[in-house]
Amino acid sequence: MNNNRREMVDGAAAIARGALDAGCDFYAGYPITPASGILTHMLRELPKVGGIGLQGEDEISSIGHCIGAATSGATVFTASSGPGLSLYSENIGLAIMMEIPLVITISQRLGPSTGAATASAQGDIQFMRWCNSGGYPVIVLSPTNIPESYHLTKRAFKLAKRFRSPVFIATDKETVMTTESVAETEMIDAPDWPEIPDEPVGKPLDPYQVNGTIHHYTGSSHTEEGHITKDPDIIAVFNERLKNKIESRVDEISLVKPDLDIGAETLVLSYGVTARSMEAAVAQLRSSGEKVSALTVFSLWPIPEKKILDCLKGIKRIIIPEMNHGQYRHEIQRLTNSDIDLVGVNRVDTFLITPEEIMEAYHG
Amino acid sequence: MAEPVLDTYIAEENLPYEFCPGCSHGKVLGALSDSLKQQGLDPTEVVIVTDIGCVGLSDKYFVTHAFHGLHGRAITYASGIKMQNPALKVVVLIGDGGCGIGGHHLLNAARMNTDVAVLVFNNFNFGMTGGQHSVTTPMDSITPTTSLGSTDAPMDIAGTAKVNGGGFIARSTAFDKDLPDMIAKAMNHDGFSLIDIWELCTAYYVVRNDFGRKEMMGYMDSMNMESGLLQETDRPSFQTSYKHIQTQAGEQKPMSGLVLETKFSSDLDKPIRIVLAGAAGQKVVSAGNLLASAATLSGLWTSRRADFPITIQTGFSVAEVVISPEPVLYSGIMKPDVAVLIAPEGKAKIARLTKAMEETDTVYYADGLGDADSDATQLPLNFPDSAKKELRKNISVLAAGYLTKQLSLFPFEALKEAVRQIQKPKIAEINLGVLAHFED
Ligand SMILES: Cc1ncc(C[n+]2csc(CCOP(=O)(O)OP(=O)(O)O)c2C)c(N)n1
Ligand code: SF4
Ligand SMILES: [Mg+2]
Repeated sequence: MNNNRREMVDGAAAIARGALDAGCDFYAGYPITPASGILTHMLRELPKVGGIGLQGEDEISSIGHCIGAATSGATVFTASSGPGLSLYSENIGLAIMMEIPLVITISQRLGPSTGAATASAQGDIQFMRWCNSGGYPVIVLSPTNIPESYHLTKRAFKLAKRFRSPVFIATDKETVMTTESVAETEMIDAPDWPEIPDEPVGKPLDPYQVNGTIHHYTGSSHTEEGHITKDPDIIAVFNERLKNKIESRVDEISLVKPDLDIGAETLVLSYGVTARSMEAAVAQLRSSGEKVSALTVFSLWPIPEKKILDCLKGIKRIIIPEMNHGQYRHEIQRLTNSDIDLVGVNRVDTFLITPEEIMEAYHG
Repeated sequence: MAEPVLDTYIAEENLPYEFCPGCSHGKVLGALSDSLKQQGLDPTEVVIVTDIGCVGLSDKYFVTHAFHGLHGRAITYASGIKMQNPALKVVVLIGDGGCGIGGHHLLNAARMNTDVAVLVFNNFNFGMTGGQHSVTTPMDSITPTTSLGSTDAPMDIAGTAKVNGGGFIARSTAFDKDLPDMIAKAMNHDGFSLIDIWELCTAYYVVRNDFGRKEMMGYMDSMNMESGLLQETDRPSFQTSYKHIQTQAGEQKPMSGLVLETKFSSDLDKPIRIVLAGAAGQKVVSAGNLLASAATLSGLWTSRRADFPITIQTGFSVAEVVISPEPVLYSGIMKPDVAVLIAPEGKAKIARLTKAMEETDTVYYADGLGDADSDATQLPLNFPDSAKKELRKNISVLAAGYLTKQLSLFPFEALKEAVRQIQKPKIAEINLGVLAHFED
C-alpha cells in the first residue's frame, strides 16, 4: 500500500464528495446531527458547480423538492437520521410509485425518538426497508468506513438511476462524524466491485421538458404511460413489476466481502461500523490460532441471500454483532436451518460494540 | 394577447369531470384552460401540479405535463420542478385542506419567493373525504367533525401568503369573469404567486350551511377579506437570487481533502487511546486534531472522535484520539491509556472512562483536578513555568505539547508541522508560540 499520503477526512465529506462525483446536482435537506455535515457540504459545493442546494423547512419539504426536481431532470440527494426518515417515509412511497431515482443517506443515531442525541446506532435497518406503505423493496447499502462511504455513495447513484428507485446509504454517527487518516489511494481507487450497468431497468426517466413529450407523474395507480387507472389487472401487473424489478436482480445488487477461513465452524457476520470491530476481533482470534470466518454485508437490502448462503459451508454457528436488538439477525435466521446456532452481540447503550465483546461471544 | 396555440388545454377525451353537479372545481379548471390559451403557451411549457382531494383529480383533465403527489406537499414538488428547469411554467392546484396540512410549505414558499403559481381551490371543507372542517371553515359551521358548530378561527390563506412575503397575492371567486386574466398575471409574475379562489362544494358545505354564492359573497364582506389583487412586489424570486449565489460560488474552489504526507517516523508498536477532556471554548477538539495529524505525519494511523453537548458554547468538550501503527478498526474508547483532565466539566464527563483505567494507564490533570476516582497513575500537567501565562487561553495546545514530550509517540517537530499544515496561518502563529515554551 502506498501509504505515504494520507487524508484526514470524515464520513460526511466522503459522502458529499461521492455524491458530487456521481453527478448529483440537486440536494435538499434539513439539519440533524449526525447528518448535518452532509447538508453543509452539499449546500456549499453545489452552487459552485451550477447545481442547487437548499435547506427545506422540514424533511418532508426537502424530499418533496428532490422528487420534484428529479422529474425535471435533476440527479437528487438528501440525508437525515432516524427522526427525519419518519418524515421522509410517505414521500419514499411516492418515489417508489413514480419510479424516481433518489439517493437518501440515513446517518443513524440511537433512538427511539430523540434518543441519546447523539450516539451511534444501527437501529433503522428494518425501518429503511419497511418505511413505505405497501412494503415495496428498496436498496440499502452500508459502508463500514470512510473510503467505502465515498465509493458506495457513487454506487448508490448508479443503482438509483438503473432501478429508478430510492437507494439508501445506511451509515451512522461514528462513520459520519469521526475524522480518520485514510490512505489517499483508497479514496481515489475504485474498489474491485462488479460494475452496475448504465441502462435502466425498464424505461428511463423522461423528465419534463419544453417541447419534450408530455408526461404525467402520479402517486396514484397508473398505466405505464402515467395515466391514472383503477383497472385491477393493470394495477396488479404494475405493482408486481415494481417489486420484481429489484427482487429479480438481487444478484446484481448484492455486495459482500467474505473473509473465509477453511475449516472454520463459526462465521461472524456484520455490517456498517460494527464490521470493523468484527474485523479486529477475527484478526485477534486467528492470531491466537482459532479458525473463524467473517462476512461483511454492504448491500443490506435486498438481502444478498445467495452470497450469504455461499459462506455457510461447514458453519455451525453465526455470530451477528449489530447496534440494535437483532434486526439483521432475524433476517439471517430466516435463511438458515436450525442446525446453525445464531448468536447476537447487541448494544443500544451509546457505545460501539467492541472487538472484545465479539471475542467473548466466540468463546461462548 | 398571445397567438393561441390550442383552443383548449382540457383533455376532452377525459370529460365529463367527475365533480358533483354545481361543484366549482370545474369552473376554475375552465378558467385555467382559458388563461393558458390567452397566454399562448405550448402544453409542454406547463406543468400542473395537483394536491390531493377532489381538486387533486384535476391533473388528468389537462393536456400539459402533470404531477400528482401527496396531500399538502404539492408546493414542494412544484418548487423542485421549477428550480431544476426554470423554462417550465409551474402551476399548483391545491385545496383548503392541502393548505392546512401543508401550511408550512405554503408560507415558506412565499418567503423563498419561489417562482410557482398556486391556485387555491378554497371550498371551506374537505370535499373528498366527506365534508369535514378545514382550516378555512367559517366559525359556527356545521360539518361531520363540528356537529355543534366549528369554534376555530378560519385561516386567511391569501393573508398568510401576503405577510410571508409572497410576490403576487390575490383573492378571487370561481365566479369571477376576470379569473383567466388574474391567473395569467400570477403565472407571469417572477416569484411566488397565489390566488385564493373561493368556491362552493355543493355536496357538503353548501347544503349543510346554506352557503350559496350570495352567502359566500356576504361572508367575504363580513370578514373584510376583499377580493382582487392584494399584493404585488418586485422582490427577486428564488430563481433570480440563487443565480447570484451560483455566480459568486462559482468563483470559489471546490472542496478538496486535507492530505498529509509522512515526513517523520515513530516507534509506536501498539495502539494508544487518548482522551482529552475539557470545557467548551478550550479548543479541546482542535488539540485532538493536532495530535492525530502529527501522528499521521509520522506514518501512524489515527481516528479522532468529538463529543460535546448540544449547547456547544457551554459544558464539556471531549476529544478521543486513537493512534496506531496499523489502520484503526475500532475507534471507540472504553478504557483510555491516557486521559488528560483539562477542566472540571470534562473530568465529570469522562468519569466513567477514568474509573475504568488501570495502574499502567495515566491520568494527567490540570491544577485542582488531581483526585479522579481511578486506579490509574495520576500526574499533574507540569507545564514549563514560562507557559503559565498561556493557561487561560491555550491550555489544550499546551496539553498536546506536553503529551508529545511525555509520551514520545512522535517527534515534537511533527506536532509543529501539524500546526503549520492544518491550522489557519494566524492561529498557527499563536500555537507555534505556545509550543515554543517546551523548547526553551
Ligand atoms: C396524509 C394524508 N392524510 C389524509 C388523507 C385523506 N384525504 C384525502 S383528500 C383530503 C382532504 C382534501 O380536502 P381539500 O384539500 O380541501 O380538497 P377538496 O376535496 O375539498 O377539493 C384528505 C384529508 C390523505 N390523502 N393523505
Ligand atoms: S365533494 Fe365537493 S369538492 Fe368534491 S366534487 Fe363534490 S362538490 Fe366538488
Ligand atoms: Mg376543500
